[in-house]
Amino acid sequence: MLSIRDLAVSFQTRRGAVNAVRGVSFDVATGEVLGIVGESGSGKSVTSYALMRILDAGGAITAGDVSYSGLDLRRASEADMRDIRGREISMIFQNPRAALNPIRKVGHQIEDVLRRHAKATRQDARQKAIAALEAVRITDAEARYDAYPFELSGGMCQRVVIAIALACDPRLLIADEPTTGLDITTQKAVMELVSALIRARGMGAIVITHDLGLAAQYCDRIVVMKDGQIVETGDPEALFARPRHAYTRKLVDATPRAGESIRSLLPAEIRTPDLPHKVHERPILAVRDLTKTYRGKSGPVHAVRGISFEVKEGQSVGLVGESGCGKSTTSEMLVRLLDPTSGEILFDGQDIAGIPAGRFARNPRRGDIQMVFQDATDSLNPRHSARQTIADPLRRLGGMGGAKLAARVDELADLTGLPRTLLDRFPHQLSGGQKARVGIARAIALNPRFLILDEPTAALDVSIQAVVLNLLADLRAALGMSYLFVSHDLHVVRLLCDHVIVMKGGEIVEQGPAEQVMASPAHPYTQELLSAAPKPPARRLVPAP
Amino acid sequence: MTQVSPDSAERPRSSGALDHLIYVLKANPVTLLAFVMFALIVISALFGPALVPYDPLQSDAANALQAPSAAHWFGTDSLGRDVFSRVIVATRLDLVISVAAVALSFVLGSVLGAVAGYWGGWIDVVLNRILDTIMAFPLFVLAMGIVAAMGNTIENIIYATAIINVPFYARLVRAEVNIRRGAGFALAARLSGNSDLRVLALHIFPNALPPMMVQVSLNLGWAILNAAGLSFIGLGVRPPTPEWGIMVAEGANFIVSGEWWLAVFPGLWLMFAVFTFNLLGDGLRDIVDPRKRT
Repeated sequence: MLSIRDLAVSFQTRRGAVNAVRGVSFDVATGEVLGIVGESGSGKSVTSYALMRILDAGGAITAGDVSYSGLDLRRASEADMRDIRGREISMIFQNPRAALNPIRKVGHQIEDVLRRHAKATRQDARQKAIAALEAVRITDAEARYDAYPFELSGGMCQRVVIAIALACDPRLLIADEPTTGLDITTQKAVMELVSALIRARGMGAIVITHDLGLAAQYCDRIVVMKDGQIVETGDPEALFARPRHAYTRKLVDATPRAGESIRSLLPAEIRTPDLPHKVHERPILAVRDLTKTYRGKSGPVHAVRGISFEVKEGQSVGLVGESGCGKSTTSEMLVRLLDPTSGEILFDGQDIAGIPAGRFARNPRRGDIQMVFQDATDSLNPRHSARQTIADPLRRLGGMGGAKLAARVDELADLTGLPRTLLDRFPHQLSGGQKARVGIARAIALNPRFLILDEPTAALDVSIQAVVLNLLADLRAALGMSYLFVSHDLHVVRLLCDHVIVMKGGEIVEQGPAEQVMASPAHPYTQELLSAAPKPPARRLVPAP
Repeated sequence: MTQVSPDSAERPRSSGALDHLIYVLKANPVTLLAFVMFALIVISALFGPALVPYDPLQSDAANALQAPSAAHWFGTDSLGRDVFSRVIVATRLDLVISVAAVALSFVLGSVLGAVAGYWGGWIDVVLNRILDTIMAFPLFVLAMGIVAAMGNTIENIIYATAIINVPFYARLVRAEVNIRRGAGFALAARLSGNSDLRVLALHIFPNALPPMMVQVSLNLGWAILNAAGLSFIGLGVRPPTPEWGIMVAEGANFIVSGEWWLAVFPGLWLMFAVFTFNLLGDGLRDIVDPRKRT
């Protein structure tokens, strides 16, 4: 149905032309679901934008052919393309909130596309829009028709986007990272829905994702892209069992799954033996009945409702839950950026909950409790070089200066594997993985005893996630720190943690040793979380060369 | 571990401020033009009195109201003073007024806006209402009122211009600080042991500078216009001091009798200065924004 031959796309930038896609060829048959997998910058999204002819200004198809049912999409007029988009080929975008117009009712937005392609008249548009909402299994579609995007959850918004995309019965659907940013249970629901709708309507589909596990579960065939080129094509089972290209192998290795160790995420060539870390009996942190209540417009909001747990010296504890479960609020209270409403935080036997967050900066314990933030980009000051960023805590709390400070920063760069030559760069000149290393270097600068890791790998590609997780394991072994690893992904948590706490609605629903919780989850919510994660096919272990 | 001093480590190529300036100017010809124009204005402000062919205050009744010629490029006024010399010499005064006024409002607006944006609460509410009140006045009329009430001096023109500009800076800084208050790097700075004041001053505020620079530049042009406007209606600078607003005001009387050059040349020069500052904004922002240093 769709055939792409030797497609090349380049962008004009201030520093010359950038070839984003270089000679990509693939076909999509009717009824087939093709997965395009690759990490950021691999050109997977640009390929789909090019075939829809919605490239940003400065981008142009420089070579190749795109044909859809015998129609040359590269040379079709803009008017023809407008007819094709939405009716023949439609698209689901990454961020559903951004894809919907925030000031229009969702029902009207569905009507727009129906009216544009003459699939509905003024009289029956409303009815057809409601039918489209029902098709994506939105409960009470009639009432949701009048909702604005901000009134809907992320998963609901994505369903509306899907409803818009499918309203005109297109024959090809392109889903660009359809579940990024959604909770893991929502992700599963959305993917099952898309998958069922595609099968029911016999459409072709292209699913673009960075998650190899997700692609393997829902696609018939997978194309792996790297640096604008296709490195490997195959069906999911074969790709996992016998990855031929080194890059595919690296991706397959880096995808976390049940029963693997943290070292096995790394490519076989650089795998080192796992370093053991010692867990002492003495608790370094004990939380007793911690609560946080915000004053909301419609009554109090209970973000955290009386949680208690312990972290032993040297232990790594995972805190798992979906958005809104209170895990971020908890970590902010523990790191003393936020004052709890009630409860105790005993650090080394001493209650620190009573010290106001604003005054904790001058507390001698400040250096003992540090945090690595979720978004490495957001957590680095854009006006400070990597060196200034890492030096900041040393200067403020360590009282260092001059040559001693410079030596310590160099030492930290070595410890976190950041090349010293990059120390004078600004954050925007560093890659995602390098920024993560700067963030970690800053957090461990003062040799903290307790480190909170707030989804430190959420914004990273899987191969970089693998490296960062291993770096954290090495640092733990070398420095004897205790971790609280906050994450939404149980499979990632299990790799690093000894003990797991599962939170939902501000409460702890289950806690226990990591292996036990993973193997035999007691609470239904934990079971749901575990079953919702994509299950990549088993991998044939590649022996080290 | 090899002993490498931090300074001998390889630095990214264009980290020098001068390199970066050259890069920005090369990348954008409009910025280059704006900087050339700005340089011209600065030179006439610094060296104007030494460069001009005539004493701007020296009257010469024999040569009154001469049309532009090789001897008097912009002609002469009713007292025979050389208009070109007066226009150039006036640059210093107009520039001093506008730079001082903008600097004052920049500092005051930044402090107020940053405090309101960071701590919020009642400080924010009170400050916003005060700013609303200032902005509710027609600003030029407010400036006139302030100068008229406080006395007709150059300092008072500067204060008046500064006061009417404060709300723009305060609003801008407040918004920029507010969105960054909860940013990861601000939280990280608190974890690094920075007090609130330090987080605000050293981490958050510098990130508000790029949009501020655009505001500063546009404001400079606007402040010049404002100062000239006050002089035009007889407030502030008094004759015979050369100043663009007064010269336009004095020259306006002669337009009907055909001596157009008296008002046109100071007016053009004023326009040139305002235009320069308007063009300069984007270039200044590019220079203070580290993200442009690629």
